[in-house]
Amino acid sequence: MQDSLLSAVEGFMYPNEIELQWSILIVLYPYITGLVAGAFILASLERVFKVEAVKPTYRLALLTALAFLLVAPLPLQMHLGHPERSLQMYLTPHTSSAMAMFGFVYLWYLLAVLVLEIWLDYRKEIVLMARQASGWKKLLYQTMSLGVDDISEESLAIDQKVGQFLTVIGIPSAFLLHGYVGFIFGSIKANPWWSTPMMPIVFLFSAIVSGIALVLLVYMVFSYINGTRIDMVCVDTIARYLMYAFIIDFTLEGIDLLHRMYEADESFKSLDFMVHTKLFVSQILLQIIFGGLLPIGLLALPQLVAVTERARRGLYLLATSLTLIGILAMRWNVVIGGQLFSKSFLGYTTYKVDFATREGLLPAILLLILPFLILIGLLKLLPPWESTANVHEGEEPRAV
Amino acid sequence: MTTRREFVGKSSTFLVLSAAAAAALDNVLEGTPEKAPGYKKADHWWAMIIDIEKCIGCGNCVRACKTENGVSMEPYYFRTWVERYHVPAGNPEHPQVDSPNGGYDGFPEKYKPGDGSKNFFVPKLCNHCAHSPCVQVCPVGATFESPDGVVLVDKSYCLGCRYCVQACPYGCRYIDPKTHVVDKCSFCYHRITKGLTTACCETCPTEARQIGDLKNPADPIHEFLRTHKINVLKPQMATGSKAYYNGLDGSVR
Repeated sequence: MQDSLLSAVEGFMYPNEIELQWSILIVLYPYITGLVAGAFILASLERVFKVEAVKPTYRLALLTALAFLLVAPLPLQMHLGHPERSLQMYLTPHTSSAMAMFGFVYLWYLLAVLVLEIWLDYRKEIVLMARQASGWKKLLYQTMSLGVDDISEESLAIDQKVGQFLTVIGIPSAFLLHGYVGFIFGSIKANPWWSTPMMPIVFLFSAIVSGIALVLLVYMVFSYINGTRIDMVCVDTIARYLMYAFIIDFTLEGIDLLHRMYEADESFKSLDFMVHTKLFVSQILLQIIFGGLLPIGLLALPQLVAVTERARRGLYLLATSLTLIGILAMRWNVVIGGQLFSKSFLGYTTYKVDFATREGLLPAILLLILPFLILIGLLKLLPPWESTANVHEGEEPRAV
Repeated sequence: MTTRREFVGKSSTFLVLSAAAAAALDNVLEGTPEKAPGYKKADHWWAMIIDIEKCIGCGNCVRACKTENGVSMEPYYFRTWVERYHVPAGNPEHPQVDSPNGGYDGFPEKYKPGDGSKNFFVPKLCNHCAHSPCVQVCPVGATFESPDGVVLVDKSYCLGCRYCVQACPYGCRYIDPKTHVVDKCSFCYHRITKGLTTACCETCPTEARQIGDLKNPADPIHEFLRTHKINVLKPQMATGSKAYYNGLDGSVR
């Protein structure tokens, strides 16, 4: 290990810099948090901004956000030198630390916004399922109903109002959640690659982009698996919003890049060299060309020329997949890129990813699969397509 | 032949003694003000002066520090290290820098005298900043500025999240591979609170580095600061660094 670490260094690095501090797990942390924030913003499009066309994805977006939010702290936890001490961050937080305060933003968002909103939205179904199920399922739904079984019209109207209010405060909370992740990096003055006030806003917009792309992809894939019809008005609308958000995100990142190039301060030569060598694949190819310009172009295509439904579905599948890869590359470039050059600006190193170690590629892949397993569980527990419950109420089941 | 009884007896003694030795070592490594009676934190404000013109790059300080503080021997864990600067003629802003094993083994000859270049050594250590970016970011307050101006780490409280390592502009922190918590120069707190000097200052043959108490009017540090052109590393970081350098070339990063 000793030789490979030292041989990776080109030029001069401070001796303590040779060992990289933050691994691929820390790349996942802003990525997953961003997916949460973006998915929630999409859900609020329908609820707050009354974009009726995206309604079929409303509940799916909320459940997706929850599935990923539950996984979000895991990479951090696994990375700690002393994971058993992590609760200290809540018990004795250091108020000037962005990381400590993030814990509270996270809890607020998880408990006060997301879980409560999902509960209110599903309360009727939960009560109905508790009534008709038997055995452990009955017990489960009874527990989930928190002992409240009033589903009268007045009661549901109150749910609706409170839910509306929650979504309204949920939007700034989602902004806060991910803007704050950007602040964790952007506030480190020691690191010129991170230290910019643009960081929270760039993180926020890339979060919105990745979250919308994820929900769109999940919606299309799950519809295909379930054999339900894809609502083309819905996916067209989401794809349009994705394109708008992506253009803003891409522009913001472009401004940041241009600004750095034009100012060319003392760190510029170092960073410029890095982008042309060690980060060339992940930054120029994956983030900017194949994960940025290409998906924007693909999403813009149906706006410019007539494209058949089938072709549009293919375009969206490709564009959302590329978007998710591009945003993951962006997180990589921030987190890993920020550690590949010396704070002396006199040298560089290379990050070699381990495979089956605590912070290796394998746990990272598992952590990316886990939210989808949780989502499948959530979809079974709380079907977003209002099926069984409504059939019993004498309504037609609504397609996803 | 050793009987079972003897074996148990001997190994118990060995275990007891090891534990005692470990406890003693802990005391040696982690001196606290409580163990230094009469020491009042409010009466001191520690700083270090480093005279680049006197440093000969012998590496005594690095070796003494590793020994005194039990620093891991791998070449990327240092509480203090020495850098060698080679500034070629006509290119004052682009130095070539190296620090083989942090200067622990001294510096093998590399540059020929008389080539028109400028060569010097820069010892580095925690700057014990008065406005420490590392202290600011610690999520649990495990690293803190002591009232006597020393930045310390509570190792029983550190999570090992490495945020402070990222926040230090000078590369002074590392994660101890043995304890999985952060480690850094403590100005040999266990020594200075007992009236001793630091291990690095103690062993420096040219007095290129000296610890000083800015609250003690009789300390020679005042005279040194007054009579020399003093600078700190990366002054634009505004961290309130208390490692004061004499003869700090503009090319030093």
